[in-house]
Amino acid sequence: MNRIPILRLGQALLVTIQVDMHDELALALEEDLTQKIWATGARGVLIDISALEVVDSFIGRMLHAIASVSRVLDAETVVVGMRPAVAITLVELGLELPGIRTALDVERGMALLRRRDDAEAEGDVERR
Amino acid sequence: MPDTQTAARLIAQEEAAIVSEWLRLQEVDGGLGSGRVSSAELRVQCERFLSLLRRGLAEGAEAVQDPAFTELRDVLRELSRSRAIQGFTPTETATFIFALKEAMFRTLQQDADAAWALTRLLDGFGLYTFEAYQRAREEVIARQQREISELSTPVVKLWDGVLALPLIGTLDSERTQVVMENLLQNIVDLNAEIAIIDITGVPTVDTLVAQHLLKTIAAARLMGADCIISGIRPQIAQTMVHLGVDLNVVTKASLADAFALALRRVGQSVGRAAPVARPGA
Repeated sequence: MNRIPILRLGQALLVTIQVDMHDELALALEEDLTQKIWATGARGVLIDISALEVVDSFIGRMLHAIASVSRVLDAETVVVGMRPAVAITLVELGLELPGIRTALDVERGMALLRRRDDAEAEGDVERR
Repeated sequence: MPDTQTAARLIAQEEAAIVSEWLRLQEVDGGLGSGRVSSAELRVQCERFLSLLRRGLAEGAEAVQDPAFTELRDVLRELSRSRAIQGFTPTETATFIFALKEAMFRTLQQDADAAWALTRLLDGFGLYTFEAYQRAREEVIARQQREISELSTPVVKLWDGVLALPLIGTLDSERTQVVMENLLQNIVDLNAEIAIIDITGVPTVDTLVAQHLLKTIAAARLMGADCIISGIRPQIAQTMVHLGVDLNVVTKASLADAFALALRRVGQSVGRAAPVARPGA
């Protein structure tokens, strides 16, 4: 079975979805990603869906689940590069994905994660 | 000899007389006086129509839909279309056919059956003219609607990464769809982080419009762009509160305030500088 590669990029994990997502693939991704976050102690997950043209409610829910699981493991999920048609579909399906950060592209997504890390570091300093 | 062929023969005998009588009748109430169509042009149209009609009749065609009248129908359709676009009234357009009936009446008095067959046929053509006229008008309306919906939803770039969408006019579902797609596509194309939706030109905001706005904002957020709404007029603000509409997004009173916030968010600032003289001032 095909699997979606998960790349490590500093403190973050990068997932680029470049094939049509079917349900099995989505479930496998959720599992792999959870394992990988736990194994690497990553602080952020970037999911690049700029090549994704078709979504259904299952994929929408899967993104939500990945974000929730990641948050439990202290990693923030940022979905980047969503296409207009995909965004419209998700909104029409009522899946507005609250709790997931979004960014226009991978670069901005990384910047978002870095800002969060910096903010937390400052907080730690203040606490001490 | 069938009635139609009798009619064709009778028309052929007095074709020139019929055309001039036909033209005279159209001058009275066919909109010729307005100068939108020249009498020379009209004469050509009339002669063409009559000769096509005669040929069709000679072939024994009895109904408007007969294949022998294909060319005649095309001529008629084109004529109605051009008249509709030129702004002729429906009466003036239909007079083209109905005047012919009167013009031919005297000629066809010699044969009652042929006259009856031709009258029925011309009535059919009259209706056909009307339909073509109506269709042409509807095309014009549809085109205008499309143009309005395109014209009224421009997306403008205010700064690197900042877009503005000044909405003007009532928002219905169809227009919102265009607005939404337009905005989202522009966010991708211009790589914009912030979109300002200015609703100064929106006369009323009801629950439906608010819902449309919220959908647009949610979709933009999913793509990684933030939205700011500006230009909510006092009455609209009151209506929205009374309706229980909660927009739940950043709102600013004017486009300028929204722009200032957007600039801060993208890490830019506006400061004072020494005024620069206008060239030529």
